[in-house]
Amino acid sequence: MTISQEVSVDRDLWPSLRRHTQARIGLGRAGTGLPTHHRLELQAAHAAARDAVHSPFEPDVVATALRGEPTVRVRSAAPDRLTYLQRPDLGRRLDPADRAHLPVGEWDVVFVVADGLSSRAVHEHGAAMVRATTALLPTAWQVAPVVLAEQARVALGDDVASAMGAEMVVVLVGERPGMSAADSLGAYLTYRPKPGVTTDADRNCLSNIRPPLGLTYETAAAKLAGLMGRARELEITGVGLKDESDHMEVSERLL
Amino acid sequence: MSTYTSTLGGRHYRFGSLARLLAAASPERSGDRLAGLAAESAQERVAARWALADVPLTAFLAEPVIPYETDDVTRLILDTHDTGAFAAVAGLSVGGFREWLLAADTSQLAALAPGLTPEMVAAVSKLMGNADLVAVARKVSVVTAFRSTIGLPGRLATRLQPNHPTDDPAGVAAALLDGLLLGSGDAVIGINPATDSPKAVRDLLELLDGVIQRYAIPTQSCVLSHVTTSMDLMERGAPVDLVFQSVAGTQAANASFGVTLGLLDEAYEAAKALGRGTVGSNVMYFETGQGSALSADAHHGVDQQTVEARAYAVARRYDPLLVNTVVGFIGPEYLYDGRQILRAALEDHFCGKVLGLPMGLDICYTNHADADDDDIATMLTMLGVAGASFVICTPGGDDIMLNYQSASYHDALYLREVLGLRPAPEFEAWLDSIGLLGEGGEIRDVSGTTHPLTAIGRELAA
Repeated sequence: MTISQEVSVDRDLWPSLRRHTQARIGLGRAGTGLPTHHRLELQAAHAAARDAVHSPFEPDVVATALRGEPTVRVRSAAPDRLTYLQRPDLGRRLDPADRAHLPVGEWDVVFVVADGLSSRAVHEHGAAMVRATTALLPTAWQVAPVVLAEQARVALGDDVASAMGAEMVVVLVGERPGMSAADSLGAYLTYRPKPGVTTDADRNCLSNIRPPLGLTYETAAAKLAGLMGRARELEITGVGLKDESDHMEVSERLL
Repeated sequence: MSTYTSTLGGRHYRFGSLARLLAAASPERSGDRLAGLAAESAQERVAARWALADVPLTAFLAEPVIPYETDDVTRLILDTHDTGAFAAVAGLSVGGFREWLLAADTSQLAALAPGLTPEMVAAVSKLMGNADLVAVARKVSVVTAFRSTIGLPGRLATRLQPNHPTDDPAGVAAALLDGLLLGSGDAVIGINPATDSPKAVRDLLELLDGVIQRYAIPTQSCVLSHVTTSMDLMERGAPVDLVFQSVAGTQAANASFGVTLGLLDEAYEAAKALGRGTVGSNVMYFETGQGSALSADAHHGVDQQTVEARAYAVARRYDPLLVNTVVGFIGPEYLYDGRQILRAALEDHFCGKVLGLPMGLDICYTNHADADDDDIATMLTMLGVAGASFVICTPGGDDIMLNYQSASYHDALYLREVLGLRPAPEFEAWLDSIGLLGEGGEIRDVSGTTHPLTAIGRELAA
């Protein structure tokens, strides 16, 4: 093999490796720095992610995609986006005016679709995940109307479930946008949540729901529904509930 | 509880406890404001610093910021305090201690470490400027080892972080190759898995162990899962090098991570018993970061930097190989912008080092914070000057699993070049042995040539 052939083999290596990952691998170097076009691409991706954080949530988009499933709209106690970003405590609490609108019942589970830090993720994947998951639940389960929550963090689900009398809450939330993924959805499952008492260690989390590059709806829904069944059997979620198959975690880094 | 007072600009200020005083003396940051602990004005902040400067260091032993009875981290701090080592500074106030630190040499600082409590170092850091924090930390040398030696003067190690959002082995391996070719990975090759399932974690551990063994790389792997998962896997014979855990500065915050000191004790003993290190036996890898206690509503009215320093007391108990403050990870509610993140990075690094820990940093920010890649460059340069043991590196600075920006492999190359820093000695020798080291000690650019390591990639591409 000649040197020029060897060189051409390895120049072709990175494009083929990039089929396996979105990571910015094989960027090349200018001295110790990045080539100019990669530096500018990174800045463009950062700009897109910054914009995603500040895009408004449109509950109608999710409601329409749910095709007639009953929904309830709520807001957190954070009045606007800037306050929301700096006051996570407000994002975890319901606006008192909205609490009264939530239907109380013998619900086995309530799904909360929450904008979190990427309304784009929720617009694109929220309804599909609710539909895929509910399709796998036992028909005897009482599923509450889907709650569409604005300026909401994960723990808002505790407040919602508690107000509605739901045994379990699944919060489907827009994850903070990365530079390669501005539309990633997270799912957090909590059994018998108690506002202010439930901690991060009491939840199970499934992250990076973002087909086709991240988890697909089918895979995520199967894991979530399986975990919900076991949570009900064992009456627990969080550190004590490990999924021996794969893809469930205790998140130490909640939104 | 004691009260502390000072007069500034004709106004009298009163602080009702040591915790209140520490919080008011802290530099401006969004997390303390969120917690309702921040000084109400710029002048009150400086008044608190005047009062704090006069507080004797012994006050921190007499008045715990979180009661001994209610918090096991407080008990750990006070029960393990080395009064013999403390004697060198026992007569000083916080202000005098600042001057002592600035004048001290490396051996004095090393001897003092066991005599210091987190609250003492947090307090003195509040009187220090950014340059003070760099100057003192730079003099501290904390050396640890497993298969590579971390923390030697003139060296900078890196964590190679080949994360993948679905833990796809091919994707992880491709990113691993990229990092190795850029000379990274001497602190640890560490993956944040997308899942905490024991099977998936074990698969990743075996992938990393396979590469490390195949190329005889003098480094260690870690899949950053919950400590209970690591213990389970160690029992089942998985190739666990380092046991990872996120830790925080209060018992309640650790509980929110699902850990106790007893659990960490067990994991530590189990990892040591494996004896997998070759040049050293430091087996623990901890991550911390300002804001985690507040995030878990477990801060007990203590400011976020002081609580963070208390996490280092937890880490110190286990002689860790690496302690990583993930400085800008949580978001703008705790550290609002690049300026606050930089200050926190310097404080964390200083406090950890002075307490005797091998401090490294994940110099990073999220997209909802007001920061960009120029902030990374600024922080990296200052922390390099300050003598950080290691930094976290990701491909292009973009972590596609955790969705945040960190330093890149290129950034680490830059830092080594401008400051004349070298990799860990064992890793440097390995880089040389596989032809990645240039004549001046720099990492050769082999992206357009063949290299034995690219076999990792060619197998995937085939």
